[in-house]
Amino acid sequence: MSNRNGFAARDRAWHPPALAPLYKTSVTRSPRFAPIGAATSLSEDTGPVFGHDILGPRDNDMITNFATPGEMAIGPRIIVQGRVIDEFGRPVPHTLVEVWQANAGGRYRHKKEGYLAPLDPNFGGCGRCITDETGRYEFRTVKPGPYPWPNGPDDWRPAHIHFSVFGQSFAQRLITQMYFEGDPLIWQCPIVGTIPSREAIETLVARLDRPGSLPMDALCYQFDIVLRGKRQTMFENRMEGM
Amino acid sequence: MNRFKESPSQTAGPYVHIGCTPNFSGIEGVYPEDLGKKMITDDVSGQRIAIRGTVIDGAGTALRDALIEIWQADAQGKFAGQGGEAGFTGWGRSPGDMATGEFVFDTVKPGRVPWHNGQLQAPHVTFWIVARGINLGLHTRMYFADEEAANAEDPILNRIEHKSRIPTLMAQPEDGGYRFDIRLQGEGETIFFDI
Repeated sequence: MSNRNGFAARDRAWHPPALAPLYKTSVTRSPRFAPIGAATSLSEDTGPVFGHDILGPRDNDMITNFATPGEMAIGPRIIVQGRVIDEFGRPVPHTLVEVWQANAGGRYRHKKEGYLAPLDPNFGGCGRCITDETGRYEFRTVKPGPYPWPNGPDDWRPAHIHFSVFGQSFAQRLITQMYFEGDPLIWQCPIVGTIPSREAIETLVARLDRPGSLPMDALCYQFDIVLRGKRQTMFENRMEGM
Repeated sequence: MNRFKESPSQTAGPYVHIGCTPNFSGIEGVYPEDLGKKMITDDVSGQRIAIRGTVIDGAGTALRDALIEIWQADAQGKFAGQGGEAGFTGWGRSPGDMATGEFVFDTVKPGRVPWHNGQLQAPHVTFWIVARGINLGLHTRMYFADEEAANAEDPILNRIEHKSRIPTLMAQPEDGGYRFDIRLQGEGETIFFDI
């Protein structure tokens, strides 16, 4: 049995470096030693699997999942949908996607958050879903607002939604953020700026999908997520002692 | 040939607990319970242990806004979904204590898992750490300091050039389990892996 079909190596020049001084918190939270390269083994090629039994009917509807029955969150109503695929273009089915975000005024529901914009009593800010057979996911929410944050004296985060994705293996585990097409703050943000290339940043910008929008109801944004992929080969290149 | 680039990582930010452990962060009633809180769901074999530790930054301060996830085999060396025991999920997630940042996983001591050439690895737990200021989730492994014979023949430990750093991967026995502190930077910086 060939058991060397581990994951393709991560392209670390594409991801943000650990140390990105303009994002100040990274200065004390970035390792100074290089990470040690190691082929993935069973411990990283496997990972937790979640079934639909964990999901409630409104888990992917942030407009109502925290709201008083009969009420809804305030803000521009949007649907976010897309596919989770791997580097080789294969769909990643049945994988858990978790999202969290600020409300339409740019305020998070969190004890340590001090921004003066008010909480929305009908908005919690978390949602989740499991991709279907073809890797598709979808949720409904309100468009989050931009907000100022303590980094430089006047830094603002562009509107964004945080994504946590599992894939089928611990090696694929990924957290990232989705931005919105046309937002000028994307290109001024020190956190976005940790990503080395404009080309890579563009892959995190969701596209407005007018035909996919619901008339008189909600705009639609499309956002695909790519996870690492497992190599597939019949050949086994087994080195002695490895 | 169709090749796609992996979505670039972005920091989990200061509010990762809203999305991943909402009940912990005070957002109740959306999910019945936070995922990854319970790793043992029924009778399981093996030694029950608690893994405790903190994640410490380069200034010596414990992180209180991190999210720590672990993935491990059961006591027989089998992973959930791969023939592992039904009462053990193998996956844990901890937001750390609100005041101290200390994480706790109530789990079992894992058995030995084969390396890709069939050789047995020493018992270990895979860790993944995200937080504000961490731009790409950090992978590391926790080994057990009291498994000296197995550690001595572990293929990953054996390929580490700077032997003086290996103790950073060793959990130390303590009452009820093991302690594994993770140092992001500076003296005793934990070994992280590019897997």
